[in-house]
Amino acid sequence: MSDPVPFIALSAVLFTIGAVGVLVRRNAIVVFMCVELMLNACNLALVTFAKQHGNLDGQVAAFFVMVVAAAEVVVGLAIIMTIFRTRRSASVDDASLLKY
Amino acid sequence: MEFVKPTIEYAELAPLLIVFGVAVVGVVVEAFAPRPLRRPIQLTLSSAGLVAAFAATVWIASGLDVVADGAARGLVAAGGTIIVDGPTVFLWGLVLLFAAGGLMLFAERRLEGGLSAFAGQAAALPGTEAERRASSEGLDHTEVYPLMMFAVGGMLLFPASGDLLTMFIALEVLSLPLYLLCGLARRRRLLSQEAAMKYFLLGAFSSAFFLYGVALTYGFAGSMQLERIAEAVRNDGGNSELLLIGIGMLSVGLLFKVGAAPFHAWTPDVYQGAPTAVTAFMAACTKIAAFGALLRLFHVAFGANRWDWQPMLWAVAILTMLVGAVLAVAQRDVKRMLAYSSIAHTGFLLTGVLGVQATSDLAVGEITSLQAVLFYLATYGFAMVAAFGIVTLVRDAGGEATSFERWAGLGRRSPLVAGAFALLLLSMAGIPLTAGFVGKWAVFTVAMSAGAWPVVAVAIAASAIAIFFYVRQIRLMFFTEPQGEVASVVTPSLFTSSVIAVGVVGTLALGIVPGPVLDLAAHAGQFLR
Repeated sequence: MSDPVPFIALSAVLFTIGAVGVLVRRNAIVVFMCVELMLNACNLALVTFAKQHGNLDGQVAAFFVMVVAAAEVVVGLAIIMTIFRTRRSASVDDASLLKY
Repeated sequence: MEFVKPTIEYAELAPLLIVFGVAVVGVVVEAFAPRPLRRPIQLTLSSAGLVAAFAATVWIASGLDVVADGAARGLVAAGGTIIVDGPTVFLWGLVLLFAAGGLMLFAERRLEGGLSAFAGQAAALPGTEAERRASSEGLDHTEVYPLMMFAVGGMLLFPASGDLLTMFIALEVLSLPLYLLCGLARRRRLLSQEAAMKYFLLGAFSSAFFLYGVALTYGFAGSMQLERIAEAVRNDGGNSELLLIGIGMLSVGLLFKVGAAPFHAWTPDVYQGAPTAVTAFMAACTKIAAFGALLRLFHVAFGANRWDWQPMLWAVAILTMLVGAVLAVAQRDVKRMLAYSSIAHTGFLLTGVLGVQATSDLAVGEITSLQAVLFYLATYGFAMVAAFGIVTLVRDAGGEATSFERWAGLGRRSPLVAGAFALLLLSMAGIPLTAGFVGKWAVFTVAMSAGAWPVVAVAIAASAIAIFFYVRQIRLMFFTEPQGEVASVVTPSLFTSSVIAVGVVGTLALGIVPGPVLDLAAHAGQFLR
């Protein structure tokens, strides 16, 4: 691979889609999926840079990120599920008892 | 590619290994021990683990080798991923001390009439028969102890991490258990669950930014090691956009964790919604760990281009102090007021962080930025843990009563508790003869000597605004006639009362004789590079 720019550009685009999704979507599950998309964009960047620099740090990091993402799913879905069972809604706008 | 087996310095990493070991054993206890035995076993395990880890920390601190011509002490452990140096062991000591305080608040059962402050069964829906049954059977989530130990482990690893990957893992290990702990309150469960969801979604969002920052910084430097990044920053070989965006995104992640504006929005909601024992633990320990990591990242990895990031920190510090102090004035709830006060403290701490200078610019015996921040963290921790400890005591029929009306005239009904709370508030306000004054003096001095006088001017203005709402709270407790229903102070068990006593004594002691702890912070020396 000679030119890392297209890969980094793709990862930046994915990261942006994820970030915008977190900001505009209202369903907690979808928001959470957008966060996962951002983490995967990070993985793409890490692997690209690892290839460019010719060392393994980035690829090893990508593995760790996958493990972290899996752990985050467990915790996140548990929390979102509890809220959904209580309120019958997974919308982040409905959870608005705490404000100001 | 050659793989080299790293050597693991088990003795120097003992605090980490003990805490994580206890957490794992705690999970096994949950699986196999009969229910009535779980609480005593978990309590014994966790407290023994924290004490052992603290003892190991003291032992390590006394035996660190002097390196780098006496400027720093310590060693690089586990193949460069963990750095055990003077600041690390100081922060370890603080985290373990305040975690022990948090553990005692977790263990309190007298306030709820024999039940803990945590949900009997988190899976039982609020207001259902299942929840009432869980309550009447006296069920208890003893999982909170292992969860807390995992969080403590992450907090120990966070300021000690020698590369960005370890830092990211530590960030997640400390955050994930905290998200869960926030949602486990026994009373006001909707608020608690909402707090957990907000904290989780925003926390995950900010971690993603942190991770992209890691990737970009790695792209710039070709290595995750802080020391190698520092080298690449010094011999800047182009691509500095990559570095600058990387620094920006790493800061988003870290500034979120410390609760700095404009990333502070979660703080009041989570501090209010979470069980108060968890709030006390996380307000003190998360901030200590995250400031440790922030200092290490900016001082070690990006120390050479501080002219690039100092203006950014100037703006953030100014905004944070103003937002914290001004919005605290508008609060009508004690927990929210303390949350905004903690945001203002973040601003003061950042004032200390941006006071970094080259060693050659410092006069002999002048206090360093690192030393000032370490000392401030100690004063802040004592005041916060004890203040939230007192909030758990003030109750009415519905559990904790946190709205201002209920606190009116508390000083006449329970002068001792209200007096202790007033003292802690005065320390947070920075009145002389309390710890807060010395802490503020230290961070303002270093910022001044680094030429950040505009930030110090705003900090003094913010302190003045802050005095207004702290004194208003004192007036409310002592000089306001109670209207309608009021809260009263419930007598706690020895657990909570000793936490409050230690917090108050620590606040006074650090205010009257700050010398020993300042010396200890000075003795910690610089970061090992």
